Amino acid sequence: MTEITKELVRDHGLSDDEYDLVVKHMGRTPNITELGIFSVMWSEHCSYKSSRVWLKKLPTSGPQVIQGPGENAGIVDIGDGDAAVFKMESHNHPSFIEPYQGAATGVGGIMRDVFTMGARPVANLNALRFGAPDHPKTRYLVGGVVSGIGGYGNCMGVPTVGGEVNFHPGYNGNILVNAMTVGVAKADRIFYSAAAGVGNPVVYVGSKTGRDGIHGATMASAEFDDQSEEKRPTVQVGDPFTEKLLLEACLELMSGDAIVAIQDMGAAGLTSSSVEMASKGQVGIELDLDQVPTRETGMTPYEMMLSESQERMLMVLKPGSEERAADIFRKWELDFAIIGQITDTNRLVLRHGGAVVADMPLHPLTEQAPSYKRPWVATEAAEDIGDLSYPDTSAFDAVLLRLLACPDLASRRWIWEQYDHSVMANTIQKPGGDAAIVRVGDSAKALAMTTDVTPRYCKADPFEGGKQAVAEAWRNLTAVGATPLAITDCLNFGNPERPEIMGQFAGCIEGMAAACEALNFPVVSGNVSLYNETNGEAIPPTPAVGGVGVLKDLRKSVTLALKQTGSTLYVIGEATGHLGQSLFLREILGSEAGPPPPVALDVEKQNGDFVRKAIGEGLVLACHDVSDGGLIVALAEMAMAGGIGVEITSPPQGPALWHTLFGEDQGRYIIEIETHKRDAFEKRALDAGVSASQIGLTGGNRLDLPGIAAIPIEKMRAANEDWLPGYMAS
Amino acid sequence: MKARIHVTLKNGVLDPQGKAIENALKALGFDNVAGVRQGKFLEVDLAPGDAGAAKAQVDDMCQKLLANTVIEDYDIEIEG
Amino acid sequence: MRSAVVVFPASNCDQDVARALEKVTGTAPHMVWHADSALPEVDLIVLPGGFSYGDYLRCGAMAAKTAIMADVVRRAGAGTHVLGICNGFQILLETGLLPGAMLPNANVHFVCRDVHLKTERTDTVFTRHYENDALLRIPVAHHEGNYFASDQVLDDLEGSGQIVFRYADENADITEDANPNGARRNIAGLINGRGNVLGMMPHPERAVDDAHGGIDGLPLFRSLLDALS
Repeated sequence: MTEITKELVRDHGLSDDEYDLVVKHMGRTPNITELGIFSVMWSEHCSYKSSRVWLKKLPTSGPQVIQGPGENAGIVDIGDGDAAVFKMESHNHPSFIEPYQGAATGVGGIMRDVFTMGARPVANLNALRFGAPDHPKTRYLVGGVVSGIGGYGNCMGVPTVGGEVNFHPGYNGNILVNAMTVGVAKADRIFYSAAAGVGNPVVYVGSKTGRDGIHGATMASAEFDDQSEEKRPTVQVGDPFTEKLLLEACLELMSGDAIVAIQDMGAAGLTSSSVEMASKGQVGIELDLDQVPTRETGMTPYEMMLSESQERMLMVLKPGSEERAADIFRKWELDFAIIGQITDTNRLVLRHGGAVVADMPLHPLTEQAPSYKRPWVATEAAEDIGDLSYPDTSAFDAVLLRLLACPDLASRRWIWEQYDHSVMANTIQKPGGDAAIVRVGDSAKALAMTTDVTPRYCKADPFEGGKQAVAEAWRNLTAVGATPLAITDCLNFGNPERPEIMGQFAGCIEGMAAACEALNFPVVSGNVSLYNETNGEAIPPTPAVGGVGVLKDLRKSVTLALKQTGSTLYVIGEATGHLGQSLFLREILGSEAGPPPPVALDVEKQNGDFVRKAIGEGLVLACHDVSDGGLIVALAEMAMAGGIGVEITSPPQGPALWHTLFGEDQGRYIIEIETHKRDAFEKRALDAGVSASQIGLTGGNRLDLPGIAAIPIEKMRAANEDWLPGYMAS
Repeated sequence: MKARIHVTLKNGVLDPQGKAIENALKALGFDNVAGVRQGKFLEVDLAPGDAGAAKAQVDDMCQKLLANTVIEDYDIEIEG
Repeated sequence: MRSAVVVFPASNCDQDVARALEKVTGTAPHMVWHADSALPEVDLIVLPGGFSYGDYLRCGAMAAKTAIMADVVRRAGAGTHVLGICNGFQILLETGLLPGAMLPNANVHFVCRDVHLKTERTDTVFTRHYENDALLRIPVAHHEGNYFASDQVLDDLEGSGQIVFRYADENADITEDANPNGARRNIAGLINGRGNVLGMMPHPERAVDDAHGGIDGLPLFRSLLDALS
């Protein structure tokens, strides 16, 4: 017997107080298997012990919500008896240690979360944050993560249709890989994870269990130090081939009525799946570990329970359906084993070699897990940007070209061309637009989806940044004509034991909650990733938001590409020329100062509802939201996408030139309207109480600011398209 | 008994992965790298038996599945 | 027209091509599992895109050795029409129904984008609905589409007019820049000497609907319907 020493307890990430609690719950000293199970279940990753009290503040309900947080994924009603099932999850630490496998298994894990619920995954998105381009590891990490995402998603035959990428030195030691999957199911054919039925068989399917990834969940809940790269052996290896078979086998089994409950074995593998299923169902569970299919010989109960081997699922079946289920898994050449049964004891009991090797109460592992209201301090308000020394007007074209080529604005084509974004033959709007659009089967209906957050805003003002992340997702869905439905989130922060980090977390949550409430855009699923720090340096607060919306008629969607010459361009929404935290300030003037642009949620809603209605009525030829880089960058992107130029009718002069064109004021869109519909359109805007001002006309092949600059589209494209491939090749 | 099989691209067939590895090595400062060819290494565990017969059998495996002789060469070692 | 789509483990364009076939022909194809030993009586057999057997060992290598492929080879020999798309093309090369082999893309990255294709044969059962020299826009999505054959084989293919599609630029010029994967002589699609087996890397089933942003794949399925009904 392994002796449970203080050191061993600490190695399992449990504090002295937490260990005392373990002993109290057990009524005795735990053995090593039991200690391991407590350790993973009470890790930040599984227990949300630092975040639970805050997460309760997020709105999670609405008439569209079928399933909110707490299941494998969230579910919203999309009409006609269909449901969208989606979730975003982090795989940050594994991706930093081994970028290909870390990203690949992240994608594999999130797809399992979605098909576990009976949905066929129809789209993947990824929110990625890397360190500074000139950091020695960045290029290697970008290459590995992108190949890993492609390697897994492409093989699965699920299109990767969108996402976002940022570069900032704040991520040098902790990259973020947040993967989102959207699936579609019939609303009356959804599968949940709560176990039921005393005596029902517990079934293991998928790949065999090996010693990989043992303690991944604990690793994901600890800060990095310089030795972390030596943790490589604990990283799991993904097998998308097996997962594709698992997907098809599960969906085939789900077409019948054999399944009582199902959950994938993700972080903390067999432990979290068995404990959570039984605990949710208010039952007990008994497993015979001798029946677990293993890949290696001599595996101990501890290793089997903590292994994070991928592509595995745990199910509770209806008695009598075992043979039919086994046949399906045999057909797909996957392991199928009955490894236990449901009991009425509210306990987890494990047997191995004929002996009981663990016997523990379930509730202390889940709902009675520690929960902390950690001390926090609010982030101090950012100081004003102060006096700026503006560039000379003659440098306007150089400034714009530099922005279009900066790492945060440069084209991501090099990345998304490595993802199969058109498999399933339903991709209506591919990567590169405001939101991706994926048709639902052969119907006229489509889902729109996007991921958004602006970490530099969150760092300067967590509350406004949190609001902005939600509002921008809502805006991006609106910009393609979709009705926003709900979000999933992936909350990436530093060490929650530091009050200033907890303050960032609290602020972002409050801001997100306010925006979700105001925009009727509830949170239905999500994940928290804390301890994203290296040697005491935390990442910028990054609450990534994945938004999903619906289009009743996909023919009524629009893209950002300008469509014809002679149209009139309008800006919807007012601006003050807010340059604080703008990319112009950072990239051109070298300052990361100032407060972020505030989001006026009532105006946001009013503007968005107006734009969506206009798109739905066929009035809008093209639409693009105004975000990073401001108005001028949005116009440049519309011109580049459509291959049609823009003449800005009367560009502002003096400092206003920079403030108006590069300010990142929120709640704005640019729309292209046929010129002969101008009067009618302006009247509509007036009636709706929405600010709509003409900014220019379409035509030619340049972005033309009379008297200031006239920049050929080709030159902008070269600047915008060349940076990333050039960087990756160097 | 074990068969060790190396499968390599034939001379003259472009090896994009080898080329990429070569460039990466040079970027790491290994200036004297003159070329890299990437191949596959397979280990096949066989029931004990006659080495000559085993080699013939593994050769058949290579012809039928393990190598594509349009573009690949292979080399077999039998041990034990 | 009666058709069948063979489904291998980790085929992933089988449903897409089945939908395209049904859309054009009005009849759903038979979906045939790789472990079955024989195909039903059909006029067209489709080997769909995907990652059969995970693309492990070599793309298409293990699929080429399945029970069903023995029957495909036999049917092809008897004159049944066979269309291999992407991974299906790789499988056709591995079975020897078409000459040559696939290497990883020259830039070693997966590539998914719309490409332009020049149609060099419009007298085949697969392409009769295309205009001569038509320039098509159809997506590719693959990691190993870098077609390789010896100069001798390539010369023979050219001589006998077996090259059906080549990667071209928007002006229909066959250039190196227009080649997404390094394929020799910009080869995107090949037909056998008898004219009943076509392999192509691009995905015509992803260009059959206005919502796809292009319908240049439609004439291929219409040609088959026309010829085989």
